Amino acid sequence: MTVPRELDNRFRAAAAAQGLLDVAYDLIDTPVGRLLVAVTDRGVCEIEYDADPEAEEERLARLFGVRVLRSPRPTDEARRQLDEYFAGKRRAFELDVDLRATREFAHTVLDELARVPYGELTTYGALAARAGRPRAARAVGTVMNRNPVPIVLPCHRVVGSTGALTGYGGGLDRKRTLLELEGAISPLA
Amino acid sequence: MMEAVRVPPFERFYEEQREPVLGQLRRMLGRDAADDAFQETFLRALRAYPALEHGRHLRAWALTIARNVALDVLRKSISTAADVPDLESIDEPLKYEELKRLTEDLPQKERAAVFLRYGYDLSYEDIGAALGSSPEAARQAASSGVRRLRRKELR
Repeated sequence: MTVPRELDNRFRAAAAAQGLLDVAYDLIDTPVGRLLVAVTDRGVCEIEYDADPEAEEERLARLFGVRVLRSPRPTDEARRQLDEYFAGKRRAFELDVDLRATREFAHTVLDELARVPYGELTTYGALAARAGRPRAARAVGTVMNRNPVPIVLPCHRVVGSTGALTGYGGGLDRKRTLLELEGAISPLA
Repeated sequence: MMEAVRVPPFERFYEEQREPVLGQLRRMLGRDAADDAFQETFLRALRAYPALEHGRHLRAWALTIARNVALDVLRKSISTAADVPDLESIDEPLKYEELKRLTEDLPQKERAAVFLRYGYDLSYEDIGAALGSSPEAARQAASSGVRRLRRKELR
C-alpha cells in the first residue's frame, strides 16, 4: 500500500516541527549539481556533493544521533541563501553551522576559513598561519578536503601558493565554477 | 548470543515500515481515521526511537505502536448512546459514527471487536491480530458485545 505523498509530507513536517529530529536533510538542486544539505538544531552540519543519501544517513546518525529524516522545512533557510548565492545576489551566508563533529585544529581552521571574503583567494599556507600553525599547510589541505559544509564555509577560495587551484572535495570543475561566479578568477576561454 | 543489529537511521526505518503500518491502520480504522493515526504512530516511534537498544524486530515494533494508536482512536471515539439495531440482521455495514455511538458503553475489548466485525467487516483472524488475541477470543468478544447490546436494548 503506497503512502500518499501528502500524508508522507505531513509526517515529515510534523516530526521537525515537534523538535523530534537529530538531523533533518534534503536534496537541493544547484548549478553545481544536487547537494545534500543537513541541519541540526544548532545549524547546518553537512553539505555534500554527489551524495548517496543512504550512506549519508548512516554517517549523520553516527555523528549526531539516529533520528535522521529527510524533511525539507528545516533546510528552507539554507536553500534560500544558497539560491541567492548562485543567483549572484548574496555574498555572505548568514547561517549557523554545527561543527560538533570536527576536532580542535580543524575547528580553528574552519573558523578562520569563514573569514575569507567573497571573491578573494587565500592559500593553504596563509590559512595555516592565521590558524596559528604556519607550517601546517598540508594539514590545512586535509581540513579543506573534509570541510563538512563547503560553499557556506568557502574552502573553494583556498588555492596553492603558486595560484594553482590544487584540489577540491567536489572536484576542480566546481571550484572553478564557484570562483568564476564570485569573480575571483576569469572564465576559461 | 544473537548478533547485534544496529538501530538504522530513522529514515530507513520509516521507509521500510510506512506501508505495512498504513495498511494495518486502514484495516482497523478505515481510510480517513487511518491518516491521522499514521502520523501519530510515527511520531510515537520517533519519540521512543533513541531508547531502542537494537534493530531487531522493527516491523513487529512498528505494528504494535500502530495497533496501540488505533485502539486509542477506537477508545476515544465515544459520543452518546442511542437505539441499538440488530447488528446481525442489517444488510449494510454501519457507519463509523453510528457504531461509535452505539458501542460506547461496552467494555473496551468487546467494543473493539464489535467495531471491527460490524463496522469494517474484518475476519476474526484479522480482529484477533489487531487486538493481540486469538481469532476465537475475538469471536467471543464480538458475540458477547452483541449480547450485551441486546440486553441493553430490552431494558
